[in-house]
Amino acid sequence: MIDFEYHAPTSLDQVFGLLDQYGDDCRIMAGGTALVIQMKQRLSQPSHVIGLRRVENLNSIESTPEGVRIGGLCTQRQIENSILIGEDLPLLTDTFRKVATPRIRNMATIGGGLVNGDPNQDPPPALIALGASAVMTSSSGDRVVPLEDFFIDYYETDVQPGEVMTSVLVPRAPVGSGSVYLKFLPRTADDYGTVSVASVVSKEQSGTCKDVRIVLGSAGVTPIRAKDAEDALRGKPLTDENIRAAAALVKDVVDPLEDFRGSAEYKTDMAEVFARRAVEQAMAAIPVGS
Amino acid sequence: MNQKVHLKINGTDHELDIPARRLLVDCIRYDIGLTGTKESCSVGVCGACAVLVNGEMYASCITLAVAVDGSEIITIEGIAENGNLHPIQQAFIDHGGFQCGICTPGQVIAAKSLLEENPAPTEDEIKEYMMGNLCRCTGYYGILNSIAAAADLMNKAAGRGG
Repeated sequence: MIDFEYHAPTSLDQVFGLLDQYGDDCRIMAGGTALVIQMKQRLSQPSHVIGLRRVENLNSIESTPEGVRIGGLCTQRQIENSILIGEDLPLLTDTFRKVATPRIRNMATIGGGLVNGDPNQDPPPALIALGASAVMTSSSGDRVVPLEDFFIDYYETDVQPGEVMTSVLVPRAPVGSGSVYLKFLPRTADDYGTVSVASVVSKEQSGTCKDVRIVLGSAGVTPIRAKDAEDALRGKPLTDENIRAAAALVKDVVDPLEDFRGSAEYKTDMAEVFARRAVEQAMAAIPVGS
Repeated sequence: MNQKVHLKINGTDHELDIPARRLLVDCIRYDIGLTGTKESCSVGVCGACAVLVNGEMYASCITLAVAVDGSEIITIEGIAENGNLHPIQQAFIDHGGFQCGICTPGQVIAAKSLLEENPAPTEDEIKEYMMGNLCRCTGYYGILNSIAAAADLMNKAAGRGG
């Protein structure tokens, strides 16, 4: 592995000082599950690594008037096992349970995963479907970025120099909505999805679609929100025919990378199939009487 | 660049002066000399290198030793109690839980982690928790049976229903 110096700051002010001092020659490390492998493979070669593990107050999960605030350093397993999140945001409990293995979830953090910008990850589609935002903190204060706008390109995110993702704000799903995260796993349970889809659906008493979110993972260089498909369904009766027609529009916005999980063409076909199933299952998950 | 690291491994304190790039698995095997922990895939997927860091199962092949400075670490060598095999280890012997043995230290550590979180897991819960520990001798049912038997043994010893 490459050689580097490891820094273990205990406060955000120290982190900002180190980021300012070393600039492009340093990387921040949270759980390290991505960065250590990247350094082993020499895909990332920083001279300085700033470990966040000792920085205090970055790993709590709190209720807010709008929803839940998740500290950037919360491990994925902490989120999966959080009673608060289980009650308020069951979509996240289910999504985080589908990430890799319990061992990786013990190590990997929500902030580290998002900043890494791997388009195959599970949390981004679910968080975007819920309308979550990241709080990016620097020495000049907080900047709140909707996660929908956070992913720019393959492993490229909207992290500005000097910033740390200190928390993720997740609004509660609308009352009377149903949600689901589907991960197509034809190989092994710990794999990345061949494609994945998160959907949140709410309906009027008449049975028409009040609102819908459809967000795909492993379907391009970033997570992809299928807005045309959502627009095609919003305000329409949630019939099989309408859901099928909306899901077909997903094919126009995805641009999957070919890999050993399938060709781009196959993944495009599966994106449509899983978008349809996700909307159907989110609809079925709407509480009775809503 | 060398840095000072303090690790408590299986109850023994170690002061180390090691490069920041030293992986925990290499530190345990080569700096400490405990070779029970195995490295196999080297990318955190296979589970052979599993150890407990402050009670939580980690992949030591993608953990920097400097990053867990000050932690308490349990390896396979720290599982036995007073020279007696841990019930999980005994169950792996009694129920055919291993063949070649390379994955076994990680399997036992993962099983210990599981049973500490959930002392009476269902078969599905065992499968879900253990899915990140690969065995290339296709011994999965032996492993599942061993863990179920260990849970029974431990619950009976603790006076819990089982």
